[in-house]
Amino acid sequence: MTPTLTLQCLTKTYGAQRALSDVSLTVAPGERVALLGHNGAGKSTMMKIILGLVPFDSGELQVTGAAPGAPEARRHVAYLPENAAFHPALTGLEQIRYYLSLRGESPSLAMELLNRVGLGHAATRRIGTYSKGMRQRVGLAQTLIGKPRLLVLDEPTSGLDPVSRRDFYELLDGLAADGASILLSSHALTEVEARTDRILILSGGHLVAEGRLADLRRRASLPISFHVTPRQGSLPEVHLALPEAAVSGDSLTLTCLQDQKLGLLARISQLGSKVADIDIQPPSLEDIYSHFSKRDGQ
Amino acid sequence: MNRITATSRTEFRIALRNRWVAISIAMMALFSLVLSAAGSSATGTIGADRLSVVVASLTSLAVYLVPLVALLMSFDAIAGEVERGTLPLLLTYPVSRIEVLLGKLFAHLAILALALATGYGIAAAAALSVDPEAIAGLPALWRLMWSSVLLGATFLGVGYAISALARRSSGAAGLAIGIWLGLIVLYDLGLLAAIVADNGGVFTTRFFPLALLANPADAFRLFNLAASQATSAAAGVSGAATSVPIWASLTSILVWPVAALAFATAAFRKVIP
Ligand SMILES: Nc1ncnc2c1ncn2[C@@H]1O[C@H](COP(=O)(O)OP(=O)(O)OP(=O)(O)O)[C@@H](O)[C@H]1O
Ligand SMILES: [Mg+2]
Repeated sequence: MTPTLTLQCLTKTYGAQRALSDVSLTVAPGERVALLGHNGAGKSTMMKIILGLVPFDSGELQVTGAAPGAPEARRHVAYLPENAAFHPALTGLEQIRYYLSLRGESPSLAMELLNRVGLGHAATRRIGTYSKGMRQRVGLAQTLIGKPRLLVLDEPTSGLDPVSRRDFYELLDGLAADGASILLSSHALTEVEARTDRILILSGGHLVAEGRLADLRRRASLPISFHVTPRQGSLPEVHLALPEAAVSGDSLTLTCLQDQKLGLLARISQLGSKVADIDIQPPSLEDIYSHFSKRDGQ
Repeated sequence: MNRITATSRTEFRIALRNRWVAISIAMMALFSLVLSAAGSSATGTIGADRLSVVVASLTSLAVYLVPLVALLMSFDAIAGEVERGTLPLLLTYPVSRIEVLLGKLFAHLAILALALATGYGIAAAAALSVDPEAIAGLPALWRLMWSSVLLGATFLGVGYAISALARRSSGAAGLAIGIWLGLIVLYDLGLLAAIVADNGGVFTTRFFPLALLANPADAFRLFNLAASQATSAAAGVSGAATSVPIWASLTSILVWPVAALAFATAAFRKVIP
């Protein structure tokens, strides 16, 4: 299958400021890719380059088989900008009708689109009276126009309430199942974890990590922490058997690396009934993220 | 084509909501009424029908008002989209920049034509109601109408170019006022001063007519006054109207809108959203 999006050694500078350095990646049809990174990492810049809004210095870039910003590419790519803005004097319905006409679709589909993002009730109100989340939904509605092969979504869930976020990801799942590729940026790590196929981490313009979350977790090989709660009165005995553990209150805490996990587990289970409970905490997504995204370690 | 009409419809709706349609119509109507009232005393003395006289004074009015209204409608067209942050999304749609500009142009031209038709219509009705002979002035009024629309198109194009170059509404507004003052007011004053200093030399005979044709507002005035029977009723630079052939001023008012739009498109292409 030919990839929907290919970047090769993409570099972009703003004056002396390097916004992107040698970024390469491919996105296959139906794939949902999350772009993570600190503020100013270059996420929005990368998206604007993919859309052909901002020129780049060097590298190669193909969007749905065409050059970025070419009419052919624009027909197949939908975009949600970072801070979706619309003319305040237009109603949501008028705005979506306009966008439909620009894509050569029938304006009569506008109401259906607004209903899909839960904005049907406010469709005939001016956008100037909308809340931030409602404006964001207008932005989402316009990305659903036509059958885009690539959706580029810059922080799509910012401003959405928790229920709307879930609905939004369900919408994305449907699109991806139909073969659309999705590239979205986010600062909300937990939702990205459950809802995307692949994660990219940008740091200071460099692509520092790329892969499935499980792969990244293995590659980071961050310590796993164990909380062992001994049965009443057997704390000293358990501590004797696990001398490396730190005592905190009436429980013990110890950490180990991924490949030592089973060994440690076996040692603890040998203690039998002296142990009342064990809690195993894998490294959190935040830990993995900050491991790769360390700004100084470039 | 569909994309252009969709853009026009949206722009027209926005102008309607922003009261631009109402403001420009009211402004033209008001000025025409004032002119008609003022002109009603000076009839019969020049030997022209009353409508031709009114057209001559409407021409002098349009030279100031049409560029002003056109610049006011257009200075925000691109800078406003940049500032609101609506431009990046628009430019990811399969619509070219010239289509966006044409869409805006047609909407703004329609508003301008509406305002002009109202204003000129009021003046014509007033003249016709008191002077049956005024029918003779209708061709001149029609000529004034379409040439005013062309003048409007020129300054709309200039406004879009300013808007694209400035990229900020405030900067574009300042530039628009500067252009209006420069082209409409100071340009003629400068030419007059040069003529006085030149005292009938090469400048007056060779360069002065060219200088008039190079300015869209002056070409518009020349065209309407040269074609009108009431040339003598107008004052100022218009004395030169007789020395410039009508095809020359016609060419100028036809070429300017195209040139202005080409300039605006070139400036808009340079905008990185
Ligand atoms: N128009 C511009 N002119 C100059 N520098 C810019 C411009 N746009 C972005 N930059 C710089 O490029 C770098 C990347 O910015 P970008 O907006 O891509 O970050 P981001 O990853 O989207 O951050 P955030 O999470 O805050 O949205 C930043 O250092 C920023 O200052
Ligand atoms: Mg950003």
